[in-house]
Amino acid sequence: MTAETEELAEQRLLEIRTSPHIRSPLATPQVMRGVLIALIPASAASIYFFRIQALLLILTSVVACMGVEALCQFLLKRPISVGDGSAAVTGLLLALVLPPGLPLYYVALGAAFAIIIGKQIFGGLGYNIFNPALIARAFLMAAFPGRLTTWLEPFTLKVVGSVDAITKATPLALMKFYSEPTPLKNLFFGNVAGSLGETCALALIIGAAFLLIKGYMDWRIPLSYLGIVFILSALIWKFAPGSGSPLFHLLSGGLLLGALFMATDPVTSPVTKTGRWLFGIGAGLLVIIIRNWGGLPEGVMYSILLMNAVTPLINRLTKPKPFGAAK
Amino acid sequence: MALTFKAGLHLQEHKEATQGESIKRLPPPKEVTIPLLQHLGAPAKAIVEPKAEVILGEKIGEPQGFVSAAVHASISGVVRAVRELPAPPAGRRVASIIIERKEIEEQPDFKSSVVTLDKLTPEDIRAAVAEAGIVGLGGAAFPSQVKLSPPEEKPVDTVILNGCECEPYLTCDHRLMLERPEEALFGLKAIMRAVEAPRAFIGIENNKPDAIQVMQKICQEEENIDVAVLKTKYPQGGEKMLIEAVLARRVPLGGLPMDVGALVHNVGTAVAIAECLTSGKPLMERVITVVGSGVREPANVLVPIGTPLRDVIESCGGLSDTAAQVILGGPMMGFAQAALDTPVVKGTCGILVLERDEVLPFEETPCIRCGRCVDVCPVFVVPSDLARFAKAADIGRLMEYDVMNCCECGCCAYVCPARIPLVHLLRLGKQLVQTAAKKS
Repeated sequence: MTAETEELAEQRLLEIRTSPHIRSPLATPQVMRGVLIALIPASAASIYFFRIQALLLILTSVVACMGVEALCQFLLKRPISVGDGSAAVTGLLLALVLPPGLPLYYVALGAAFAIIIGKQIFGGLGYNIFNPALIARAFLMAAFPGRLTTWLEPFTLKVVGSVDAITKATPLALMKFYSEPTPLKNLFFGNVAGSLGETCALALIIGAAFLLIKGYMDWRIPLSYLGIVFILSALIWKFAPGSGSPLFHLLSGGLLLGALFMATDPVTSPVTKTGRWLFGIGAGLLVIIIRNWGGLPEGVMYSILLMNAVTPLINRLTKPKPFGAAK
Repeated sequence: MALTFKAGLHLQEHKEATQGESIKRLPPPKEVTIPLLQHLGAPAKAIVEPKAEVILGEKIGEPQGFVSAAVHASISGVVRAVRELPAPPAGRRVASIIIERKEIEEQPDFKSSVVTLDKLTPEDIRAAVAEAGIVGLGGAAFPSQVKLSPPEEKPVDTVILNGCECEPYLTCDHRLMLERPEEALFGLKAIMRAVEAPRAFIGIENNKPDAIQVMQKICQEEENIDVAVLKTKYPQGGEKMLIEAVLARRVPLGGLPMDVGALVHNVGTAVAIAECLTSGKPLMERVITVVGSGVREPANVLVPIGTPLRDVIESCGGLSDTAAQVILGGPMMGFAQAALDTPVVKGTCGILVLERDEVLPFEETPCIRCGRCVDVCPVFVVPSDLARFAKAADIGRLMEYDVMNCCECGCCAYVCPARIPLVHLLRLGKQLVQTAAKKS
């Protein structure tokens, strides 16, 4: 017996690793895959409301993001890591924040911007300051403001690429510029004008519930973000009923998509729990300010990008006090 | 309501394999290798020459200085050599005494007799513990007599006996509490007497209800000793976490338990102290858990210090065909070993053998700044940042972010979805800071 074990030990080199020797099964690709799965309901809803155009837009964005990522990594001689799913997540999120009627070459341009300027220039996954999908949308918004604010009425797009569809203002614009409320039911189920993935609140909530249950997402940012918007819009509503009810603000525009899927991007949000609270509160304040007193009807994108910018500062300020440090 | 601390992890316990296995004594091996440094502090000095005959329990290494520990022969035989060999846990080369077994007629039997603690002075207890070479058996192996000598200005008011055994797989402390509760209690009382502490708790995680019951029963008569039931959460057995959970006191940054009037000793250490007081038996054997899918017959065994891992594994049915990694200690803080002739030492609480498909691949990917490591860190540092600073050798930032507070429990690396070897990098960071401090 001794000889046998000795032989076994000699035959194979014993593996040397540093501790710990066991690990949680959750790895980055699973988290990314989880986000993709969580976005299926919203993607499906967008295809339901905006038909083949939505599907093409999603495919273009995802394929372009993955392709550009692989190309960048190849040219920069970095390890090709398209398989980790992060570029696919960026692509899908970008598609979901674009208007349904946007021509596909704009989409591809946005996707390239998201990956090159939004991510690879900083050093790739984990190093970027801004959410790549949102920074790309901000770029498209600045470059083609008309295209980015042309919204379609659901179910009206007949021919791909044509402008034959009926354009319609978003619920937030209707409220802000025409004081015209949108029924909450439509906002909840998504039968309104808006970006691909933002219209159907139900689909977004289902996806977020999945992420929360799986432990892929921290609840602090969504809760504080949505909570502040709810509370403040309720206060404002009390004094200015024309500003829209708190539920209206919660369900309209990109708030749910932003709060549940964009603000929670781990790379660009704080690493500390206190920091996440601050991030959500700050983003919520910005949304309320822009929606009520800004020139734009919607402020989710800028609220998140601005909070992305101060995230390193938040991390620094909320560095936890080490165990046993003097109070 | 079970007591607990902040942050930490719920781990799969893997204790089923051995928690029902009573401790069995292994026969003395043909040869033992006894390192002169098995503890924190200065190595002991060999007091035997090659070819000398030694008997079981004979002192063969004399402590050098206050923070040091004596070592004793764990078998009777002949000293074959005294030379430098890689010693556990980390493989550092340490002068070691190799003893070849030889049957010697007159063996001490270490029969225990009734000892009344009241008749012993704290000094007697400390002297006996020092003479017996007892060190902390929970893993850190700090010389016990040092811990039993708190300075006058820092009186200890509460002793906590650590029966948490929060590392997955390990069950040796659990078995000791079930099988030798009287000795554990006697050892605890001796510790209390040595430091003149009026109060004590026995901290046990609630995944060991039988041990809780046994200890509660035995403490019924004791006015000032209670069992503290703790939530099963890693690393509850860490000294700082245990003191916080039981006493709601926080050991100050860079401080010691005695700074908050507490003293923590492991269950195994208490049993060893009881043994040395009642029978004069030095620390020359210990209970270890041999476990993991790479071992054919997992067990809790009482082995002579210095027994090669190979012999211990042999007596537990040997390695399985797919065994690939041999770890001294638990899976969270244990050390992987390169060779099976490594000896069991005083601080070895277990031998964990993992199979090929359980061995972690090297697959570090970029940090996605998800903050999971921050969420679980029980000492509240920011492992992701510290790892970055360690890679950049940024000593200023390492200090600013309190790298020295890291207890290397492994929670951060366990949860990291990017598979960054955080503990490794933080250790590197600590080393950088220490080296810089030495230079200046």
